[in-house]
Amino acid sequence: MTKQEALFKYTLRLGDNSLILGHRLSEWSSYAPILEEDLALTNIALDLIGRAQALLKYAAEIESKARTEDDLVFKRAERQFLNVLLLEQPNGDFAMTIARQIFNSAFELLLFEELSKSKDEMLASLATKCLKEVKYHWRHAYDWLQRLGDGTDESHARMQKAINDLWMFTGELFEIDEVETILINDAIVIDTRELHDKWLTKISDAIKTATLTHPAEGYMQTGGRIGIHTENLGFILAEMQYLPRAYPDAKW
Amino acid sequence: MNEQKNLEGFEKIINADKKVEPRDWMPEDYRKHLIRQISQHGHSEIIGMQPEGNWITRAPSLRAKLILLAKVQDEAGHGLYLYSATETLGISREELVEQLQTGKAKYSTIFNYPAVTWADMGTIGWLVDGAAIVNQISLQRTSYGPYSRAMIRICKEESFHQRQGYEIMTHMARGTAEQREMAQDALNRWWWPSLMMFGPHDSNSPNTGKAIRWKIKRDSNDDLRQRFIDKTAKQADVIGLTIPDPKLQWNDERGHYDFGEIDWAEFDRVVKGDGPCNKQRIAHHLKAHKDGAWVREAASVYAAKRAKKAA
Ligand SMILES: [Fe+2]
Ligand SMILES: [Fe+2]
Repeated sequence: MTKQEALFKYTLRLGDNSLILGHRLSEWSSYAPILEEDLALTNIALDLIGRAQALLKYAAEIESKARTEDDLVFKRAERQFLNVLLLEQPNGDFAMTIARQIFNSAFELLLFEELSKSKDEMLASLATKCLKEVKYHWRHAYDWLQRLGDGTDESHARMQKAINDLWMFTGELFEIDEVETILINDAIVIDTRELHDKWLTKISDAIKTATLTHPAEGYMQTGGRIGIHTENLGFILAEMQYLPRAYPDAKW
Repeated sequence: MNEQKNLEGFEKIINADKKVEPRDWMPEDYRKHLIRQISQHGHSEIIGMQPEGNWITRAPSLRAKLILLAKVQDEAGHGLYLYSATETLGISREELVEQLQTGKAKYSTIFNYPAVTWADMGTIGWLVDGAAIVNQISLQRTSYGPYSRAMIRICKEESFHQRQGYEIMTHMARGTAEQREMAQDALNRWWWPSLMMFGPHDSNSPNTGKAIRWKIKRDSNDDLRQRFIDKTAKQADVIGLTIPDPKLQWNDERGHYDFGEIDWAEFDRVVKGDGPCNKQRIAHHLKAHKDGAWVREAASVYAAKRAKKAA
């Protein structure tokens, strides 16, 4: 793998993460528990899809095969998407969405802080810009984790179940393979494994303050980063890609 | 005696074209009329999120997705803002939501029609937001301060929505044969319902008299409708789409477009609950509300716990 291929794939993975989570959060539109949350969740979705657009545009530039960011979104198949499994999981109840948000935003907070120092100027500047947004995403998830964890018996039970159910998808966030190894050597990315301890402390503290119990350690699922997804992704793509696929000659 | 004095003070504000503020005395009928009108407006913003929200995950480009997502979010903001304006009249958000869900309060009939193709995202922006703007520009001069300020703020965003909708239509009208067909079909379906947004004929509008006298409404339904038609007919021409009204024709003498008769039986039917989506829209709202009940409860219990700890 060349450095260019590695950078392409790395950027694609980041872009796909933003895209798929943004898609999921946008599904909340008009379904949120209160109007203020409708605004908050779609606001985060906007941040994420905006970020996906910037990242995928950059990925397409790196690739230099005359594909656009829209080609990458609308014309790739299931096996070519490289987002982590966590982010394609269904919204579930509000607790499930908050669990997904807290795991991911804690990770992104650490990741983008490091990435903002990247030797790759474009990634560094994108990461710097995202950092402000991610701080808000983390705050939003953290506050809800507290409210639900330390709210009613029902909300406590639902929040506990949500973090337990999604726990098996958190390991994948910290995986590295040839892609990262190449870029780590050039100081373009850091070794995400090094973020794990900090992430765990952050999450454990948040769980504890919310009067919840830390999920039991168990087997960690993997596959999204190499394009082997849960069954959820196919449905996301069927919905997302239908118009450009049905009318390939049309411009919108 | 006091009542008389109050009324005089109120009418003085109205006659001087000044704004009535929440702290001012106002006749009970004025308050009631405002609650009905502003909440209906707010409910329309909220229910209006459904037909468009339904297309966010299917938008055909990243740009279109971002624009639509932002638009639906704007509408939620408008709803929130209008609910707050209504609350200044002494009614709570919970009561407002309940009135919507029980059918006591209405929302614009336009949202009881289904958004079936992507071109509907174009027509909703172009026609529905376009009609809303005509109405809202007029309401910027309404006599109730909080409502007037809400309109001024909201109008800026609505005109973005209108332009974005028209842009979708322009792309499609100039696109492939299939896109053109889709665009024309959407215009055919949404044209008449969008004219109904302005409400019944003036001769048939029971609430207009007092509302005009109190300067809640500043223009009549028919005047606003005409303004919308004049503006929109030209826009359709520019992009080569045909408005589905054989009687639509420029009248030099009147300086306006003449147009055909609206199907008022359809309007009445949809107002009374038999539009294609009336039941679906309320069921959707109820489901979201019911599914979220445990979240709202948790939030208030948590807040109470925190308050107790702080005390
Ligand atoms: Fe609006
Ligand atoms: Fe709008």
